Amino acid sequence: MHDRVAIIGVGWSGFRPVTPELSYKELIYEAAVKAYADANLDPRKDIESFVTVAEDFYEGTSIFDEYTPDQLGAVLKPVHTIGGDGLHGLATACMLILTGQFSVVAVEGHSKASNVKTLPQVIGYAQDPILNRPLRFNNHFIPGLDMNRYLFDTGTSLEQCASVIVKNRRNALVNPSAPYGADLTLEDVLSGEPTAWPLNSHQIAHHADGAIVIVLASADRVHSFTDKPVWVTGVGWCNDSPALENREWGEAIYAREAARMAFRQAGMLNPGRAIDFVEVDDVYGYKELQSLEAMGFFRRGEAGKATEEGFTHPDGELPVNVSGGSQGFGDLLDANGLARALEVVLQLRGEAGPRQLESVSTGLAQSWRGVPSASGAVVIMSGE
Amino acid sequence: MRKVAVVGAGMTKFVRRALETGKELSWQAARMALESCELTIDDIDAVCLGTAPDSFDGVHMNGEYLSDGSGAWRKPFMRSYVGGGTGVFVPIQGWYHVASGLFDIVLVVAEEKMSSYYPHAQAAFLTIFDHTTERPLKPNLLWIFALEMNRYMQTYGITKAEIAHVAVKNKRNAADHPCALLGDPNLTVEDVLNSEVLAWPVNRLDVSPVSDGAVAVVLAVEHVATRITDKPVWIEGVGWNLDTAHWTNRDLAYPRYVEFAARMAYEMAGIKEPRREIHIVEPYDPFDYKELHHLEGLLLADRGKAPQMVVDGVTQRDGDLPVCPSGGLLGVGNPIAAAGLMKIAEIFWQLRGEAGARQVPGQPKRGLAQAWGDLMQVGTVVIMGR
Amino acid sequence: MSDQIAVYPGTSLSEDDILEGKVLSIHDKLDGRYAWDTGIAIGQYLAGLKEGLILGAYCATCRKTVVPPRIVCEWCFRPMTRYVPLKDTGTVNTFSLCYVTWDVKRIKKPEIPAVIEIDGASPLHGILHKVGEIDPSEVHVGMRVKAVWKPPAEREGAITDIICFTKLNTEV
Repeated sequence: MHDRVAIIGVGWSGFRPVTPELSYKELIYEAAVKAYADANLDPRKDIESFVTVAEDFYEGTSIFDEYTPDQLGAVLKPVHTIGGDGLHGLATACMLILTGQFSVVAVEGHSKASNVKTLPQVIGYAQDPILNRPLRFNNHFIPGLDMNRYLFDTGTSLEQCASVIVKNRRNALVNPSAPYGADLTLEDVLSGEPTAWPLNSHQIAHHADGAIVIVLASADRVHSFTDKPVWVTGVGWCNDSPALENREWGEAIYAREAARMAFRQAGMLNPGRAIDFVEVDDVYGYKELQSLEAMGFFRRGEAGKATEEGFTHPDGELPVNVSGGSQGFGDLLDANGLARALEVVLQLRGEAGPRQLESVSTGLAQSWRGVPSASGAVVIMSGE
Repeated sequence: MRKVAVVGAGMTKFVRRALETGKELSWQAARMALESCELTIDDIDAVCLGTAPDSFDGVHMNGEYLSDGSGAWRKPFMRSYVGGGTGVFVPIQGWYHVASGLFDIVLVVAEEKMSSYYPHAQAAFLTIFDHTTERPLKPNLLWIFALEMNRYMQTYGITKAEIAHVAVKNKRNAADHPCALLGDPNLTVEDVLNSEVLAWPVNRLDVSPVSDGAVAVVLAVEHVATRITDKPVWIEGVGWNLDTAHWTNRDLAYPRYVEFAARMAYEMAGIKEPRREIHIVEPYDPFDYKELHHLEGLLLADRGKAPQMVVDGVTQRDGDLPVCPSGGLLGVGNPIAAAGLMKIAEIFWQLRGEAGARQVPGQPKRGLAQAWGDLMQVGTVVIMGR
Repeated sequence: MSDQIAVYPGTSLSEDDILEGKVLSIHDKLDGRYAWDTGIAIGQYLAGLKEGLILGAYCATCRKTVVPPRIVCEWCFRPMTRYVPLKDTGTVNTFSLCYVTWDVKRIKKPEIPAVIEIDGASPLHGILHKVGEIDPSEVHVGMRVKAVWKPPAEREGAITDIICFTKLNTEV
């Protein structure tokens, strides 16, 4: 039966600011071996299709999909690449399985940000070449504009945005995979040099390298691989306007629409009640608040207050980014969504060690494709 | 499994250098596809885009940049990517969007604006080679085609003259295509053989050059398709396959990844004898020898025997197995992703009897479109039928 | 509906339209610089090249020797940890005579790219390189060739430590 999809295996390699001893292929191989061992399968025999997410300019190679199959065990199999975040890749794998043509599909995403010597320039090349790039602004100006409008519209304070950073980097201290754990105070975060005010250097996640592989299967095959499947109950994704001139600033509409699509599929009328914990985009600290509100977990302007009051702390009512988020893991480029999904899987399986949340059965992962896009995805998962 | 049909199609002219921006080209094709089946963008549930390397446009995350031109404002949107195979992959992407049950009507767009790369788009291909083991040798896109063509010729004893027949056939066919850049009703085999040598054994007229253009199709699930049009063209089979990146560790004489992709599609379509059951073929032909190479990979000709088919006239529009009645890439043009989707649009129009001067006689019922790409690595196949 | 459409969009421009300013245009140059970590397998390969050695890797399960080396056999997915020194001679699997450079400039004397099956590796396993120091008309599929190395002091640990492959003289 192909009407339900579950995650049967996860594996990751990283995450660290630099990974000089391994090429990207070797990093991916490590993650793949772990995922396949976790799922108890042989990729050459059991996996029927592979989906990778990548962008040429992050890799420094054109037609990068050429280099995807070997280290995944995907040679001479149906493989394709999506120019999207890891959650777009997960959604694609779900679609492939739901067609009924494939029973087992693997998804891969990675970051070798440390190998891109001109990363800010490369990211800048995503801006409109005619209307925006000639202005030669640093990329952070875009989330800077967005954050400023968000603060204005919602009455959220700079301190509340900073409290997100404090929470997430502290959460990262108990995550052995997260390189950027730190015990910061609000003053530490607020006193950083301004980058694109109201953003300062402490509110922007550093980059990191790593690779993540996730394997999914249709309901009828799941139990031959694992006795701890994590069911994907809803997927959603949406693109808002790529043109800066057409945006509604201050609101993460892509997150709102992506979440709406996912909630509908999951049959959730009241997501705030149905979802136990979430892993959301926080590459820029304020984005966590903005995304939570867009998805309907809080009303406009309430997420900041809730964070200050501990509502979204690991011991709160709705733990957010208990993994440490991108602030703690590092910005993994298009693999960010897979890192968020990874945490949801581990929590639902009871494998999150010292970070383990109590009695959680449903989690949500959300991601944003990064500056300057207005594109994001949501995946809802359940342990039963 | 949900049945999916192509219900509308549109395309721009393929030109060497378009005035229109990438967003405008995408929009033109999308608009035409919607008009062709009397739908509006509000009827579209999701958008799939295919566009080849970002380096041509000089825009990182080019898919995001083109998303509004492709109609994806406030809609689910994804860009798929398998190099040159993208044009025939993106309808497969649209197919799984619909066949999965998540969406009923999907817009599929393929766009290419290669002319933005200055001075010549070919130079961008330097970066497709391995950054450490190959790029320092300053390889050229022409190298991999010439190396493969030479290996193919050597292995089976095929001559340049036999291969040149493909260029002649396709460019002549393209004279009947309103969007064609390179149609030439009078081209001869001698013209091809006498054209300038670029990378022996490749001559200038063996190659389809860089172009700009966009194509779009609309896909719909069965119960919706039959309300939109009385001539839906069903997607009966899809297949795709990617070989190892270590292309120097393989025999280039035979595209086994095309065979694997074709087998997947044939099985899905329930086709046991492709040579009898497929009535029109649109294989990917960026170079003339590729049409032959791919016909063999598609199991429509025995290995090394495809040249005989074209020399004998079997693959003409009125032959037993018309190949590239559109004029293919050699005749219509080569805006990478758009060229592949052009083949899908061609089969769509052919099977509905709407291909005008290019119409294959005899009311063809089933067609196959195939694209290819990467480092001689990927095969993508779609089988369509009435 | 192809034969029901009268007008197809798409406006063609010529090079001169842009050069003469008939159409407005913007020029930009992309600065994309990368330092790719070579990793274990290619790191070994490059170190070998610096020593004048072409290394391959051996998969015990598939019983094949591949070049360049990698840490995983793409066929059986097992790790490959055995590096095998190969010879620096080989056979031309295919070649071309290219009269156009990568950035589309015409050249008189052709570059001769080739896939060269390296002696010691399994059949059909080769590398991309150039054939040189030879009259182009002599090059043929099946030709035996030998690497021409840079002097040791000039080698960097790169594929260009081999200048080219040239005809292998079989007389001693």
